[in-house]
Amino acid sequence: MAYSDKVLDHYNHPRNVGSLDKSDPTVGTGMVGAPECGDVMKLQLKVNDHSGVIEDAKFKTFGCGSAIASSSLATEWLMGKTVNEALQIKNTAIVQELALPPVKIHCSVLAEDAIKAAISDYKQKQTSRQRETATA
Amino acid sequence: MKTPIYLDNHATTRMDPRVLDAMLPYFTEIFGNPASRNHSFGWEAEKAVEAARKQIADLIGATSKEIIFTSGATESNNLAIKGVAEMYAEKGNHIITAATEHKAVLDTCKKLEKHGCRVTYLPLQSNGLIDLDMLRQAITDKTILVSIMYANNEIGVLQPIAEIGRICKERGVLFHSDGVQAVGKVPVNVIADNIDLLSLTGHKIYGPKGCGALYVRRKGPRVQITAQIDGGGHERGMRSGTLNVPNIVGLGAACAIAQKEMAEESKRVKFLRDKLKTTLESELDEVYINGSMEHRLPNNLNMSFAYVEGESLLMGINDIAVSSGSACTSATLEPSYVLKALGMGDDLAHSSIRFGIGRFNTEEEIDYVAERMVTVVRKLRDLSPLYEMAKEGIDLSKVVWAGESH
Repeated sequence: MAYSDKVLDHYNHPRNVGSLDKSDPTVGTGMVGAPECGDVMKLQLKVNDHSGVIEDAKFKTFGCGSAIASSSLATEWLMGKTVNEALQIKNTAIVQELALPPVKIHCSVLAEDAIKAAISDYKQKQTSRQRETATA
Repeated sequence: MKTPIYLDNHATTRMDPRVLDAMLPYFTEIFGNPASRNHSFGWEAEKAVEAARKQIADLIGATSKEIIFTSGATESNNLAIKGVAEMYAEKGNHIITAATEHKAVLDTCKKLEKHGCRVTYLPLQSNGLIDLDMLRQAITDKTILVSIMYANNEIGVLQPIAEIGRICKERGVLFHSDGVQAVGKVPVNVIADNIDLLSLTGHKIYGPKGCGALYVRRKGPRVQITAQIDGGGHERGMRSGTLNVPNIVGLGAACAIAQKEMAEESKRVKFLRDKLKTTLESELDEVYINGSMEHRLPNNLNMSFAYVEGESLLMGINDIAVSSGSACTSATLEPSYVLKALGMGDDLAHSSIRFGIGRFNTEEEIDYVAERMVTVVRKLRDLSPLYEMAKEGIDLSKVVWAGESH
């Protein structure tokens, strides 16, 4: 299978590989996929408490080159966005940017799911944090 | 050393220049039709075909008259199985095969099931071998054929062919074996192994594509098959069609070279295979061999690199030609059915790589491949959330995964 230059670039030079502290209340973690399906993505984002802007994003992916590229691209796009802006990232934009063929569309879907899962985890943490502050 | 490096010799092999030299005159100067019985052009072509038939027969311990030329092993497998099913329909309708056979056997059996045959697909043990007791128990008085491959194309596992042959002979059941990966690589003898029908092909043994053969036993028992291609009654009525003389000459030459050089060559490729295996095992943790090492072709290595997905691995070693059992590399998006039949989890099937070492590979190439593999596996493990979790001591089999990807 021929890969687009952008997929190759992300595969050869993945951006923002790594992990953030899962227990940090300003960090949201999303883990999607399953090893049996051949794809697992872990995507994390860290939100600035004052501005509400995503100031860091990291990923680790088990999967094909297109899955690695999709999650690498997602971390790039997340940085500098507010949480609500980040929720607007659609898998179709990833497909377009990376020129993914039809058989690889599920990789972009997974990346969108990972973003949503990370944000939902972040929001959950924020809610419980507010609740703790209220009771204190 | 030139790249890309070809290490996919179970898929096909580069033609040996000596084979090409043998073939060339038969495209131009000696172009006759061997079926032309009344002039020298035909006689010369026939002479070449008969010499090739003898070379093939000699390699497998058969006689010339037992060799039927075909377009390749897919046709040979079709002809053997459908030909027996049709010819012996009155005796019975039951066929026994195994779950890890090539699609040319499995799909042929599936088609026969639609036409009233009953097929037993034997499961495999975790080392890739069939259980002989299960085979014995599967044979009924309706069984007409057992079809078990000599060596598997993915994991290189050699089946206990002589034992299977003995069981079939005792029970009066015909035994067909797909010998594509084994012939020319390990000693195959249809007499010692009690094989009644054997498929082979040119392009896996440094010969031409589009040319294969089916061995059909003539004595003890005399095996009969119904032709699947009708026409001029060539090949003793079993396979019509004008003989492909240059390719047949090439197949013969490839067999003759294999017979002469097999012992030495298998030692050399085994040394390279073992070196690759040892290096990968010593440099990387959590690598797993798929299938028995003991009962295996000398040129095959099939390994799973845990926590790394096969297609991304292939992408990282894009100057090396190998193949993977990963779903992403298959047309069906399903991981290898062969690896799954060993009872392996889908995750390890996704992480598998097949190395097929051949006549033209050098030690320098193998060293380079080992080094590239180690680098890329390490890089991808740094990227792998699963490797991170495993290193944290998390049991991945107990994790509840959030989503399905397909």
